[in-house]
Amino acid sequence: MALQSLDITRRSATTTPSPSQRKTQEVAKLIDISKCIGCKACQVACMEWNDTRDAVGSNHGVYDNPMDLTENSWTVMRYAEVELEQGKLEWLIRKDGCMHCTEPGCLKACPAPGAVVQYSNGIVDFHEENCIGCGYCITGCPFNIPRLSKKDSKVYKCTLCSDRVAVGQEPACAKTCPTGAIVFGIKEAMLHHAEGRVADLKNRGFAKAGIYDPQGVGGTHVIYVLPHADRPEIYCGLPRNPSIGPMVELWKGAAKPLASFGLAMVVAASFFHYVTKGPSEVSPEIEKEFEDEK
Amino acid sequence: MTNHWVDIKNANVIIIMGGNAAEAHPCGFKWVTEAKAHNNAKLVVIDPRFTRSAAVADLYTPLRTGTDIAFLGGVINYLLSHDKIQHEYVKAYSNAPFIVAEGYRFDSGLFSGYDEATRKYDKATWAYEIGPDGYATVDETLQHPRCVLQLLKTHYSRYTPDVVSNICGTPKDAFLKVCEIIATTSVPDRTLTFMYALGWTQHSVGSQMIRTAAMVQLLLGNVGMAGGGVNALRGHSNIQGLTDLGLLSNLLPGYLTLPGEKETDFQGYIGKRALKPLRPGQMSYWQNYGKFHVSLLKSWFGNAATKENNWCFDWLPKLDKVYDVLQVFELMHQGKLNGYFCQGFNPLASIPHKAKLIGAMAKLKYMVVIDPLATETSCFWENHGEYNDVDPSKIQTEVIRLPSTCFAEENGSLTNSGRWLQWHYKGAEPPGEAKPDADIVAGIFLKLRELYQKEGGAFPDPILNLTWDYKTPHAPAPEELAMEYNGKALADLIDPKDPTKVVMKKGQQLDGFAQLRDDGSTACGCWLYSGAWTEKGNMMARRDNSDPSGLGNTLNWAFAWPANRRVLYNRASCDPSGKPWDPKRQLIGWDGSKWSGADIPDFKPDVPPGDSMGPFIMQPEGVGRLFALDKMAEGPFPEHYEPFETPIDTNPLHPKVISNPAARVFKGDLEAFGKSKEYPYAATTYRLTEHFHFWTKHTRLASILQPEQFVEVSEELAKEKGIKDGDKVKVWSSRGFIKAVAVVTKRIRPLQVNGRTVHHVGIPIHWGFKGVAKSGYLANILTPFVGDANTQTPEFKSFLVNIEKA
Amino acid sequence: MQVTRRQFFKFCATGLGGSSVAMLGFSPDNALAEVREFKLTRSTETRNTCPYCSVSCGLIMHSLGDKAKNVEASIFHIEGDPDHPVNRGTLCPKGAGLVDFIHSPNRLKYPEYRAPGSKEWQRISWDDAFSRVARLMKDDRDKNFIAKNADGATVNRWLSTGFLAASASSNESGYITHKAIRSTGVLAFDNQARV
Repeated sequence: MALQSLDITRRSATTTPSPSQRKTQEVAKLIDISKCIGCKACQVACMEWNDTRDAVGSNHGVYDNPMDLTENSWTVMRYAEVELEQGKLEWLIRKDGCMHCTEPGCLKACPAPGAVVQYSNGIVDFHEENCIGCGYCITGCPFNIPRLSKKDSKVYKCTLCSDRVAVGQEPACAKTCPTGAIVFGIKEAMLHHAEGRVADLKNRGFAKAGIYDPQGVGGTHVIYVLPHADRPEIYCGLPRNPSIGPMVELWKGAAKPLASFGLAMVVAASFFHYVTKGPSEVSPEIEKEFEDEK
Repeated sequence: MTNHWVDIKNANVIIIMGGNAAEAHPCGFKWVTEAKAHNNAKLVVIDPRFTRSAAVADLYTPLRTGTDIAFLGGVINYLLSHDKIQHEYVKAYSNAPFIVAEGYRFDSGLFSGYDEATRKYDKATWAYEIGPDGYATVDETLQHPRCVLQLLKTHYSRYTPDVVSNICGTPKDAFLKVCEIIATTSVPDRTLTFMYALGWTQHSVGSQMIRTAAMVQLLLGNVGMAGGGVNALRGHSNIQGLTDLGLLSNLLPGYLTLPGEKETDFQGYIGKRALKPLRPGQMSYWQNYGKFHVSLLKSWFGNAATKENNWCFDWLPKLDKVYDVLQVFELMHQGKLNGYFCQGFNPLASIPHKAKLIGAMAKLKYMVVIDPLATETSCFWENHGEYNDVDPSKIQTEVIRLPSTCFAEENGSLTNSGRWLQWHYKGAEPPGEAKPDADIVAGIFLKLRELYQKEGGAFPDPILNLTWDYKTPHAPAPEELAMEYNGKALADLIDPKDPTKVVMKKGQQLDGFAQLRDDGSTACGCWLYSGAWTEKGNMMARRDNSDPSGLGNTLNWAFAWPANRRVLYNRASCDPSGKPWDPKRQLIGWDGSKWSGADIPDFKPDVPPGDSMGPFIMQPEGVGRLFALDKMAEGPFPEHYEPFETPIDTNPLHPKVISNPAARVFKGDLEAFGKSKEYPYAATTYRLTEHFHFWTKHTRLASILQPEQFVEVSEELAKEKGIKDGDKVKVWSSRGFIKAVAVVTKRIRPLQVNGRTVHHVGIPIHWGFKGVAKSGYLANILTPFVGDANTQTPEFKSFLVNIEKA
Repeated sequence: MQVTRRQFFKFCATGLGGSSVAMLGFSPDNALAEVREFKLTRSTETRNTCPYCSVSCGLIMHSLGDKAKNVEASIFHIEGDPDHPVNRGTLCPKGAGLVDFIHSPNRLKYPEYRAPGSKEWQRISWDDAFSRVARLMKDDRDKNFIAKNADGATVNRWLSTGFLAASASSNESGYITHKAIRSTGVLAFDNQARV
């Protein structure tokens, strides 16, 4: 609906500025790893709410299933057995999914107008009807989140249940979380809540407990409480200092005027074709190229 | 549960042992995380596996499967030897001061009275010494050598930390750390809660494991307290309710018991159960047994039940033995059963030793399955290749499968493990022609009654006279049935204290079981549920979640049995003088004329503090039992016995009595138990949080989360056997084999037990040959056909297997 | 910042893909973004409790239609009941997926019969099913009912047929099951409490 678009602060591949007078509350989802039991209720609630169903796969010798994010699984639990101290096993379980960055790499990388938007409440949303399936958002994402569907050549990821939040409801995963490991609210309240959790963890012997709200992407609207915040990478590879990839940054910054003319006109032409005629021919190659890069 | 789910938030220490609440009861486990976050509680998890409960615990320590009594016996020894018990509570509210009869003995693993030939005890000496006044004798100084406390000390003095560590494989320092944490709750203002489930019940000594925890709680003064108690988390959504309603071979509704075949005299039957007080001034609430029983028979047989015919007492079947599922499948295997009904139950997957079960079922003439889903049981005769390799043409069983509704398609109530009866509503029509269970039972029963009316036959009286005054006889409404089990007045009920006053008019719904009579003037289908549907309406449907005390009791939410009480034994939350042990968690108090407060008092409301009446009002002695008298099959004190399939071939405490001497073992099964030489690894079966038993494999969402059968092994065992993550492995016991994917994990560790290394193999149970998930082997192919000596719950948690790469 | 040739190509591609499309006059008309319509706005809500474990979490079931005469309700979404004191709106992975239990492809829809030795099911009517079950029961009961034991005591029991009761059916179903089955004298009667 048009009114909702007024709350959009940024839109991919669009130079006209968004209306910016309205200010809505900035929201955040807090994931407290120390309370997470890895039950996967969030995975189910996500698929159930969003009317997706992943494939019934196989067991690969671990608890993770599905093994990775897919166009149907917009969140997955990742499990790691680590012994930071000899004999003291920790089972680190992290809910993975879109972080809803304040500076979203996906949005900046996206060439399709309006396929990626950012609302003023902080949610970064994909609008698949505008998606051209180029997969640039995948490369643009510092957390490796978006997934391209083979069925419809559109990219999918967590919406932070924008449809629920738009009517004043919490995301499905936050509501369902049995232990309160996922909490939802305005970002300020979530940071406050997180501070309380960090204090409790420090009391329980986790001296390096802390909040993960990485500033390299301007902060996120999904934040973690980590018992070992000094080592985010032990949580199944949570990046220590995530930032938007160099090519995206470069383009959005100094190189933009340069690239507007000349050098890349061929590419631009091919893109115009691509956008208007659809991705079927070029998509696999471009996709592969970006995959190779990673 | 003595307490309830929300109450867990009041605990200071939470012990999860014999259960895995985070995985099996995640939304109940939330109150553990609340206790941690807001009550600074410590969570301790003790389990052979580092579970998802352990993942958020403050302290985890392993123990070998089946050795929980050794561990908890060691805790009792620690509490007694370090003087970490709540003295006043123990003296006033437990049978610690009671003197035990002279002949009681325990020697080399056996209590007095054992008969090896029958594997049973003569329990005559497991009794109190009775004084000349007819009451049990006590020694308030607790010094008498035969008083319960002294016997307890002696019994558990053998359970030293070294002995515990040697049997359980738990590192000694970790064991002592657990003891220290537990001991912090022996003060009056700290409580501990035990959360357990099938990890305790499914052993040949399961009931005694639970008893040991209850004894620890009595010693710590934690029973009856907010945040305390012994909390059975239970399994299925209404297993509490169906047990309360007595759907077990030896029970009637409300824990009334069926008569044995030697109890054909009605008065004798009632007298044996209406227990007289064993100490002066005790309530001994079972004295009301007759009222409950007569009201039940009035409810079932209506006008046919008269004083003259003992309310149709003869019509009740009389037991020659207990017909638990193991007994029944043994008889079926012997060809002694012709017909079998499975209503919402999948025994082919749920009872041990699948090969025996298939053989048994194939001997039936007919089987009737009532279920919303296509269960393995209903398809036991179908060939499913390696997963169910049978020849249908050779199975002569006639099978009738009747589709029932699921929860979403009916009104009704379920009783949760906190004893709350909660009403639910129909939201949609069932698929196809599926019908509610009640309609199916009615359909079968009315046809049967019709045949007896037409043809006559064997003893038709109870069938012909069963009350069936439902408005639509073939579809009794849940509301009518709820009103029936609540009970009503069959005549005007006169106040016994004031003959001019009518308490209840004829036909009115009763307020509760206190109004029941044994003269035929009340009918009540389940005394324990009386109060669920009163003249005020459906109390189970109440939805006021206000919690004025902040203790989480929400007395106006639904209905809890008994009498809407939320914490059992809550009189014990105050000292004998009526002062709360901890004012911050005061459940009830004396207001000068009666007990009242944040909960419904579990006590005679008008008996003032200081009276001799004890808080355990169901017991004839009024106190909690550290010494179980004759109530347990294998002894008045729990003793560590090895699983029937033990990986260490001995019992370090008494090598001549290795496993539970009182457990029933069928001929042939004892000889067939695996020995550690051929089956060197301790195996245990369990559930995963992603699945529910054998139901959710029929659902897409759960099947996505855990699609395929797997088993878990330690890195060390995997290395020995050349098994890698994701390899297919074969696991076999003396009863059969399964194949599954291997999950190699640090979460299972080899344990050092009695001089050897014991490896565990973990076997989740959720797969079978029907479902949306990948087909798998029913895990009960592996499990042994032996149960707990008291409940006959099968020993699914401890048995022996071998494993190799497939 | 070090930029390789390959990255340079890519940033050009990305950038042009991003902005040049609009610069070239590619209209963003169809790019007016909107969130997915909230799917529960006018659904019918029914309160229930989870049938799986014994926590008995409160549920809100959302069904299609408003219970009008001409609508067949179908549950399309279930979430936790936030008023429920125990679960407070949460649901575990099993409970959160209940809608797939209701609509499982393995739900039974019709009474079915498998003849001795047969390889298949055949659909039958409820009346035939009830009649057949009652006939089998009566024949067995009449033949094997034990009115008195060897000592001559009245025992009135029927041991050759057994009944396993459900673990998740309602109290009301359980009550009437107990009443009806016990009236026939069955002792081999059990539920899932033991296992």
